[in-house]
Amino acid sequence: MDKARGGKQHGEPMPELLQFCVSGLTVGAVYALVALGFTIIYNASDVVNFAQGEFVMIGGMTTVFVAAAGVPLPLAALVAIAVAMGIGLLLHRLAIEPARGASAVTLIIITIGASIFLRGLAQVVFDKQFHSLPSFSGDTPIAFGGAAILPQSFWVLGGAAVIVVLLWAFFNRTLLGKAVLATAANRLAARLVGINTSFVVGLSFVLSAAIGAVAGILVTPITLTSYDVGTLLALKGFAAAMLGGMGNPLGAVVGGLTVGLLEAFGAGYISSTYKDAIAFIVILAVLFVMPGGLFGKASVERV
Amino acid sequence: MNAPSTPLLAVEEIGISFGGVKAVDHVSFTASPGEVFSIIGPNGAGKTTLFNLVSGVYQPKTGSVRLAGETVTALEPNLLAARGLSRTFQNLQVFFRMSARENVMVGRHLKERRGLLAHLLALPSTGRQNRESTEHADRLLARVGLSDHADTAAANMPYGALKRLEIARALAAEPKVLLLDEPAAGCNPVETEEIERLIRKIADEGVAVVLVEHDMKLVMRISDRILVLDQGRMLAEGLATDIRSNPKVIEAYLGTHGTREANLALD
Amino acid sequence: MLKTVLAPRFAVPLVLAVLVVGLSFALPSNFYLRVAALVWISALAVIGLNLLMGYAGQVSLGHAGFFGIGAYAVAVLPAQFSLHPLLAALAGALAAGLLAYVVGRPILRLKGHYLAVATLGFGMLIAMTISNEAWLTGGPDGMPVERLTLLGWRVRGADTWYWITGGLLVIGAWIAGNLVASPTGRALRALHDSEVAARVAGIDVARAKLTVFVISAVYAAVAGAALALVNGFVTPDKANFMHSIELVTMVVLGGMGSILGSVAGAAILVVLPQVLTSFHDYEHMVLGLIMMVIMIVLRSGIVPGLASLLTGRRK
Repeated sequence: MDKARGGKQHGEPMPELLQFCVSGLTVGAVYALVALGFTIIYNASDVVNFAQGEFVMIGGMTTVFVAAAGVPLPLAALVAIAVAMGIGLLLHRLAIEPARGASAVTLIIITIGASIFLRGLAQVVFDKQFHSLPSFSGDTPIAFGGAAILPQSFWVLGGAAVIVVLLWAFFNRTLLGKAVLATAANRLAARLVGINTSFVVGLSFVLSAAIGAVAGILVTPITLTSYDVGTLLALKGFAAAMLGGMGNPLGAVVGGLTVGLLEAFGAGYISSTYKDAIAFIVILAVLFVMPGGLFGKASVERV
Repeated sequence: MNAPSTPLLAVEEIGISFGGVKAVDHVSFTASPGEVFSIIGPNGAGKTTLFNLVSGVYQPKTGSVRLAGETVTALEPNLLAARGLSRTFQNLQVFFRMSARENVMVGRHLKERRGLLAHLLALPSTGRQNRESTEHADRLLARVGLSDHADTAAANMPYGALKRLEIARALAAEPKVLLLDEPAAGCNPVETEEIERLIRKIADEGVAVVLVEHDMKLVMRISDRILVLDQGRMLAEGLATDIRSNPKVIEAYLGTHGTREANLALD
Repeated sequence: MLKTVLAPRFAVPLVLAVLVVGLSFALPSNFYLRVAALVWISALAVIGLNLLMGYAGQVSLGHAGFFGIGAYAVAVLPAQFSLHPLLAALAGALAAGLLAYVVGRPILRLKGHYLAVATLGFGMLIAMTISNEAWLTGGPDGMPVERLTLLGWRVRGADTWYWITGGLLVIGAWIAGNLVASPTGRALRALHDSEVAARVAGIDVARAKLTVFVISAVYAAVAGAALALVNGFVTPDKANFMHSIELVTMVVLGGMGSILGSVAGAAILVVLPQVLTSFHDYEHMVLGLIMMVIMIVLRSGIVPGLASLLTGRRK
């Protein structure tokens, strides 16, 4: 995420602050989308899907290669999202569903295996090079309050906002979304009222894959992509989801943006080599005070 | 204070609320050595919450707990255990991955030698300790009738057996006060009778037993004194015979139209 | 009765000793002895982590940090302060244990995924310090490690290291087995199943978790030191979160709460990549596939999974 204008810049303190804010929010929006992907799958199935970052990679890489084959960028992006959704479905059907009922930690290792597999697959199908996409609206920075902002940043932030709104509408306004929420709240009860919970879990994987792919497509013009960008994104997204409070979509978004901002400010004001450290120190500090994350509820032990 | 008249366990005005609901509201009671003191009340009356407050699992908002004259309010459960308070759980808190014997050996923890280096290097003292704990656990398993299950993984034992396993585990610490949360739940009449004999025997050995139990016949037979809780508050407290004929208790228990059932239950 | 308490304590180190001795005859060349030594080293770290994860039920996604402390102690201390490598290894183990003791109390109050992310962050801090403080550690390129000399004898050669690391593994497995069968071990397994019941039984849960966290950190540091001495070189990637995840994967793959499983898990993830190099570009795909298949077929891990398959068939 280094090209996101996180480096030290000259100039007035206020524009500098604004610059860091925008670059932090841009990166943070991607973390937020990854964290949302974690949250959706976790709520539907209790699985912590460490292959979540690979969806971001698949989104970016597939768009790059389909576009390189001469397909127009918007169509290439759609193809990439469809590919990611297909892989999300396969991941659920071939790896998660057969292990239904296994312990949480076993399922996590399965998703880690899946992430290694997908990385290897990308290495074979694509290559090991870094790739970029053209920015959607050119590369001329927009002057804003003294700061120079890449137009692509607005695409990332806007895209993330649209996804959050669409998700909200899906979960609160559609029957299917409500079925997912019901499954998250109580799996047994959901099954008893006739909800096909296996379908719901599969849907959550497809949905998370789509969200990850969109994030990958939007951010590739800024950060570049390669077969192995998924690991670190999964880690950051997981940390963001935990910072917000596992299972809480609002927490995922706030957590993601916070981690992005912390990195940008840490890199800008303290030390770019320790920017990840700064984010994690804050996460540790928050968890020591709020052991259930920012939006987690204090749980009372039921005995 | 004059020691002889001091009860072993004295709970005063204890209370806690969850989300504005007073789950336990200024409840007081005492229990003395050799006594079986029962707490009854309808579901949701706050019996288990009261146990959680007394045993340090929850932090009370009001009131105090004294053990052998010392104030121990809100002390960690392990520190309370070290002072002689032990308990079982209504919804089973068994160590499922361990055998029945090992479960009871864990209950022996406070009496065990705890030199980490000796444990890591398996010094002779650790071997002796393991043998001693094993023998003690086997005696207790025999006492609760689980000798045949000693090597069975707790996960594979039936519900009623697990209830007795929890009693054995609690006894392993040689407690002075023992809180039993529905020990006869899920037991057949024969097992219930065994549990009754067991509880009586424990009390006769000088332990103050505090019992929460739904089996009214068992409660009426075994209890020296009874406390009735309703919606977190004390409804009545007294000798078993008085409680049985208390109209307030009958009403709270089964509603006004349930008098016949109440009489049957309390009979 | 006594048999069940004692048997695994002696059987497991014995099985491992036979394995180490037996393999020394079976392995055809120094290359294989070297790979085996790497398996023993990883297995040592995994046994320590298994005490924490498999027995006490506490996740750590930062154990490579402790591994790195051990490795860099034998690299940095002899170079900077002319400390004997063995003393340096001891100092590394002590430092890792001390650090675990200091950070363990606040971190171990967290549960489940929150504990995972906190240990992850903590491990990243160690890894970042190692790769950023190049003046001391050589930075991302790593640094050489002074050869171990014992009473004038230079320890070298794949076979020598095979025996030393194999011995370390057997001792490590023996100590772990002792712990599991002791009152402390029972306390750890108890809090895994029910913290509240463990507390009511008089167990100081916070202290018990801290104890096993420190022990597992020392195991990781000793393994790290051994790896640095065997390789004669250290790189920061051994302290990195990827290595942490690898260690956790070894624990789960081999079997949570199984000491032999720890060795099996380490063997798979150390040997497979060596074997799979012949697959070239397909290496990662095959590795990921094998991991998934093992976990789907043997859910509780290789050793417990196979054991239950075998006993199930016998019935």
